Amino acid sequence: MPLFHAIQAALLGGGPPPGTILAEGVREATRVELSWLWLVPFFPLVGSFVNVTIGKRLQDRFGKAVNHGIAVGAMLLSTALAWVAFARLLALPAEGRYLHDLCWNMFTVGSLRVDLSFGLDPLSTMMTLIVTNVATLIHVFSIGYMADEPAYWRFFAYLNLFVFSMLLLVMGDNFVVMFFGWEGVGLCSYLLISFWYTDVEKAKAGMKAFVVNRFGDFAFITGLFALLWGLGGAWGPASRSELGVRDDYRPSAAYQPFHAGGDAAESLAATPRAGGMPVGPTVDFRELRDELLDPSTGVMHHLTTTTIFGFPLLAFVCILFFVGATGKSAQIPLYVWLPDAMAGPTPVSALIHAATMVTAGVYMVTRLNFLFSLSAAAMTVVACTGALTAIFAASIGLFQVDIKKVLAYSTVSQLGFMFLGVGVGAYWAGCYHLLTHAFFKACLFLGSGSVILACHHEQDMRKMGGLKEYTPITRWTYALACIAISGFPVMSGFYSKDEILWKAFTTQNLVAPWIGPLLWAVGLVAAGGTSFYMWRSYYLTFWSGRYRGGPGHDDHGAHAAPALATHSLGAAHAGSFGADVAHAAGHSAAAAPGEAADGSGHGHGHGHGDPHGHHGGLPQESPAVMTYVLIALAAAAFFASFLGLPKSWVGSDPLLERFLEPVLAGSNARLRFAEPGGGLETLFMLISVGVATAGWLAARWMYVTGENPAPARLMASFPGVHRLVFNKYYVDEIYRATVVRAGLVLAAVFSWFDRVVIDGLVTLVAWIVRLVANVDGFIDKYLVDGAVSLVAALVLAGGRRLRRLQTGRLENYLMGALAGALVFVAVNYLVH
Amino acid sequence: MLHVGLAHFLVVAAALFSLGAFCVITRKNAVGILMGIELILNAANINFVAFEHYSAGGLHGQVFALFVIVLAAAEAAIGLAIVLALFHALRSIDVTRAAELKE
Repeated sequence: MPLFHAIQAALLGGGPPPGTILAEGVREATRVELSWLWLVPFFPLVGSFVNVTIGKRLQDRFGKAVNHGIAVGAMLLSTALAWVAFARLLALPAEGRYLHDLCWNMFTVGSLRVDLSFGLDPLSTMMTLIVTNVATLIHVFSIGYMADEPAYWRFFAYLNLFVFSMLLLVMGDNFVVMFFGWEGVGLCSYLLISFWYTDVEKAKAGMKAFVVNRFGDFAFITGLFALLWGLGGAWGPASRSELGVRDDYRPSAAYQPFHAGGDAAESLAATPRAGGMPVGPTVDFRELRDELLDPSTGVMHHLTTTTIFGFPLLAFVCILFFVGATGKSAQIPLYVWLPDAMAGPTPVSALIHAATMVTAGVYMVTRLNFLFSLSAAAMTVVACTGALTAIFAASIGLFQVDIKKVLAYSTVSQLGFMFLGVGVGAYWAGCYHLLTHAFFKACLFLGSGSVILACHHEQDMRKMGGLKEYTPITRWTYALACIAISGFPVMSGFYSKDEILWKAFTTQNLVAPWIGPLLWAVGLVAAGGTSFYMWRSYYLTFWSGRYRGGPGHDDHGAHAAPALATHSLGAAHAGSFGADVAHAAGHSAAAAPGEAADGSGHGHGHGHGDPHGHHGGLPQESPAVMTYVLIALAAAAFFASFLGLPKSWVGSDPLLERFLEPVLAGSNARLRFAEPGGGLETLFMLISVGVATAGWLAARWMYVTGENPAPARLMASFPGVHRLVFNKYYVDEIYRATVVRAGLVLAAVFSWFDRVVIDGLVTLVAWIVRLVANVDGFIDKYLVDGAVSLVAALVLAGGRRLRRLQTGRLENYLMGALAGALVFVAVNYLVH
Repeated sequence: MLHVGLAHFLVVAAALFSLGAFCVITRKNAVGILMGIELILNAANINFVAFEHYSAGGLHGQVFALFVIVLAAAEAAIGLAIVLALFHALRSIDVTRAAELKE
């Protein structure tokens, strides 16, 4: 029933009234407690739980509609609640926009309190809306895409579990909840990349993603520990008076054992305070921000002056956090897992490896903007890594032939742009690009999924071509998304990317002033490359002459097996049609969208209406359940433009910038951007559009007919460059030769150590124990048991002897009695 | 002149008891054992009467002796009944053969 009440509170606005603003501490920002926020991640968790536990039985008995009904239903509920929360948030004054929900205190160590609590400020609300909405659309898309999958329930269980983890990540109001989500999405990513785990390559790709992410996660958690160490560390009395800092914070108190018995209230009471504000180690983002930004606590001064191993602590912490982000968000040097992650089903690539999970790093850096903006060195590292990744990945994308690989490198490149944005201090621009990218990249990935289905699981663009006649909706949505990503002002991608480039050019927050323009130039080249390779993929896929693919998938044994399974299933249905009514009904429900979509299309000669043309033949458009999603995402990619129309056009700051302002207020006060007037910004926009147009025209010229010999000639004239880039700069090989090999050698050494030393010790101990046991057994057997047996034998022998006395002869007894009497008499006589 | 005193009676009684005890111990015949018991009882009777006469000077000893005679009669009746039962069971009145309970 509490669940029901929480839903009721969410929908009807009951529960704690929105006006309940709790003031905690003097300077701490106000916040609104909402008791139902936990429901947003809870529903996907329930959906996942149901599908994990009884999903297979449901699928077998009632058909696949039940599985996706549960998953999509959970997502719809979650999305609806996210929108309600958004509406609640908007109703608040901008400074007080913080919804909070404390579930329970997970543990308390001294003055460190770790809660399971959710917080929605504008930034996390934006992320929550992206995650829930895009995930819902992709769930719907998966209904069509995965229709032939035998392990349908498993897919939706993983997908829901992923959304749950992602919502933990973005909604958690402290590092620990965020880290739970961070690890959870890593796990789900692994599970979904290796979804078809019987294929060794795919299983390996999942393992690679997981292991590479471990490097990042290690850095993340190390950074967190270093930050906690810094917050509680030795806080010298020096220069405190000159700072005018009140002296009531004794940081060493954090190390004093005090009796806060694990109770959050006691712990809070014992927490050292400066000016009424709790200071010291904390995992709570708000608390950290508040104590950091208030100069009178001295926390900022302490953090910026402390060094660790002679390295500024703040830069150290921020760079470690950023390394964590490079793992999750696929930046140099940890990007290598993302292209391989394309082994997963395409909706997974769209949801996890384009729209949501890989942006977690950008979200994290933005979340910690108050920390990063304090360290110019860290910001420079972030910006340079972002720009480098952007151009590096874009250059690899130029020559890829696998459509999903193109999109994968494009994602890496676009994430580089986001990091470029947050690195130069334009946090809102990075987030804006995150938002727009979520839409157009999801649209591109799902479009590629549609194409791949149409081409019978063919991913090689050289075997596609001419699809614009067969798959019109996919083609148009793909084109719109290409317009968005390559940066034409009609779609949203232009506004976000251009804002990033402009901010990169004008930034004054890096260690040297010339880095900004350099990063802008790198970004511009990367943007041109992006435009080229995206249009190249578009033309290769949808234009360039006629369809080059085969009619079926005879050459793809791996995919033939599930298709065959489906066929035999269909045959079984035809055979026992009347007998198994429930099952047949479920099946026809699953197939219905497909029939609706291609009812007038190809005659398959199969009774069960396979929606995907698995039987070969020409490519065909995907079912409506997929194309509507594509249309929705393309529309979102268009309408997202209005969130970021530049100030020079509309006269006021972009909507999203104003929306995110409360989150970024702490860093915005410190960040500086040059403001060269005189239409320079417009000029830069024109340059951006010009570069995008150049990329587009080049791609069009080379690939639109499919007969232009220029690409082949270019490749032939620079064979070395082509080979280098085509092989992705041999980074995988370099990693294999260094990191992987070192890891394997280390593993071999450990294995040897384990086998020889540890096992030897264990064997020795076992031998000693056996020896002792043998001695003990000997003692037991011969001494203890011997004594016992001896007593028994004595008693037995004695009894045998004594038995003779009992002759049963009266005279003997009488003689005994008389003898006894005589003895008595004699004794009596003698004694006297 | 020989004066018959308590000691003489006690000697006779002891002799009689010894004969009776010897009879009980040595006889295998159940009737013989019963007869030995009679001798022992009569030895006790002599003691009773003699002690009464020489020491107390009343009639208690005689009464005791009468009781013992009655008891002896009853004992003989029961004892003979047991002997008869034994003879029924074993076709013999040899007590050494009545050793069924022996191991």
